[in-house]
Amino acid sequence: MNIVVCVKHVPDAQSERTFNDSDNTTDREGVDGLLSELDEYAVEEALKLVEASEGEVTVLTVGPAGAADALKKALQMGAHKAVHVTDDAIHGSDAPATSLLLAKAIEKIGTPDVVITGMASTDGTMGVVPAMLAERLNLPMVTYASQLTIDGSAVTARRDGDTASETIEATLPALVSVTDQINEPRYPSFKGIMAAKKKPVETWGLGDLGVDAGQVGLGAAWTKVDSFAKRPPREKGEIVTDEGDGGTKLAEFLASRKFI
Amino acid sequence: MDFDLTEDQQEIRKAVRELAGTFDDQYWMEKDLAHEFPTEFYEAFAKGGWLGVTMPEQYGGHGMGITEASILLEEVAASGAGMNGASSMHLSIFGMHPVVVHGSDELKARTLPRIVNGDLHVCFGVTEPGAGLDTTKITTFAKRDGDDYVVNGRKVWISKAMESEKILLLTRTTKAEDVEKKTQGMTLFLTDLDRDKVEIRPIKKMGRNAVTSNELYIDNLRIPAEDRVGEEGQGFKYILDGLNPERMLVAAEALGIGRAALRTAVKYGNDREVFGRPIGKNQGIQFPLADSLARLDAAELVLRKATWLYDIGRPCAKEANMAKYLCADAGFEAADRAVQTHGGMGYSEEYNVSRYFRESRLTRIAPLSQEMVLNYLGEHVLGLPRSY
Repeated sequence: MNIVVCVKHVPDAQSERTFNDSDNTTDREGVDGLLSELDEYAVEEALKLVEASEGEVTVLTVGPAGAADALKKALQMGAHKAVHVTDDAIHGSDAPATSLLLAKAIEKIGTPDVVITGMASTDGTMGVVPAMLAERLNLPMVTYASQLTIDGSAVTARRDGDTASETIEATLPALVSVTDQINEPRYPSFKGIMAAKKKPVETWGLGDLGVDAGQVGLGAAWTKVDSFAKRPPREKGEIVTDEGDGGTKLAEFLASRKFI
Repeated sequence: MDFDLTEDQQEIRKAVRELAGTFDDQYWMEKDLAHEFPTEFYEAFAKGGWLGVTMPEQYGGHGMGITEASILLEEVAASGAGMNGASSMHLSIFGMHPVVVHGSDELKARTLPRIVNGDLHVCFGVTEPGAGLDTTKITTFAKRDGDDYVVNGRKVWISKAMESEKILLLTRTTKAEDVEKKTQGMTLFLTDLDRDKVEIRPIKKMGRNAVTSNELYIDNLRIPAEDRVGEEGQGFKYILDGLNPERMLVAAEALGIGRAALRTAVKYGNDREVFGRPIGKNQGIQFPLADSLARLDAAELVLRKATWLYDIGRPCAKEANMAKYLCADAGFEAADRAVQTHGGMGYSEEYNVSRYFRESRLTRIAPLSQEMVLNYLGEHVLGLPRSY
């Protein structure tokens, strides 16, 4: 079974993230970047599937030079090869453009049995790229899988909702997005780190994918960040003094915030 | 001159930091207070293949140098795991060096892969109640009996003996009075720590309580000759090879605790407000921490030089000793200042700095005291008369 995992290099969610003043795009210079935590679940799931049968895991990313770090991490975890789509013209691309690039790259790699993605990125958090990508590749879409099994040409996934879980099935090839409940991503082993250095990484530009610069980037984006502001500092908590009616006051507070 | 770590070394640092970071201070506080071996932590590192960093590739290891091993142990200690974390794996990382160099192929094939995969816990049995650093004074005796040796004696300060299946045991096979040079007549074994023949008593101690330190009472322990490392009578020479790397690794651990202590102190200095402002605004708090940063960084440079010399096969005794001396002092001072920064809170377990303090104190004593380092430098580097 051959699997392509789409991953994203994102600013570390633990650090102070911001936007560029010049064009309101994500600031990728000022903070450390890493493989989006939500994508680690996708990589892990792909590795488990391949380890249980055979085949290869190819990791794919779209992003500037630094995004190679996300590929490296996935290769260290055990993925077999990587493709990095990068071009200055891609800067500022939104979800439709990103899904276009991913789709073109996957076609060039050769459509695999399964495309796996995380459920969203930890920076944009739109969560729409998997659906757009499935549409562009004309694949059945199985999103938010918290459990996944593949048997022959059928993929079965459990999707957990607020009140119920549903189990759905699709035929391969298919696109699956996975949640952070699906597995426990592994840490790169020493052997994995050393082996990753020798694994092939291909770098493709727009020309390699037959995509016109006008189809991607900030100019072609359907959505734009108009303005941004720092989150206001957290307000001080309200202290309820218990004068025999502490319980009532607490209940009133929670009711006023619609918690109860 | 190039101060950059290689790409591999940077990757090792990053990966170890990430893995060790999944075990937080709460974990270590609980393990230390409960006197419980950090099994989950040890297994995570074994599973990741980290125990084999310096072990030859043919035994499942990665054949890297002391530089890489020191980065690993520094990052383990710096994660907040301190000496508890480092000691849980320390001997697996480089302690078996005498076996790697001098052991028979059969002994190596039987033991080393199991050390690399974490299955085999080992301890190091050299020190005795009547022989501390004066190793040639050991009296634990291995008497040849057919194909076996029968061993009697006592050992003390044997780290991790309670948790270990095997011991790298230094014995006398010829009494000190019967050899020409006192360094002769000692023999090394890597053998089972048979509980029926060896009584192991943990020592109550100041800190690093997740890993035991023990007294061993050895009573007619039978050791097959296959468990002997190298030739009879050459044991002392074999363990000498490992002394400089041992000093460097403890230096790295001391440095790591210093980093953890400094990080914790800086966070507290920024977070804790007294008189309406963060306490770190006071130079009385800030300067000692800034001073510790400078001292830790300087000590690290000497350590880097020492491990570099060792790895390229040049003499490094001076630098190894200096590294252990400087890192232990800088690490301990940083831990002491972290306690001071925390005020009364620093004395509680909850803020972890008292644990760092207790563990960093150990690095000024082990594997040899600061004073013995100065003795070495005074005598062997400066050329002054031997003082003891």
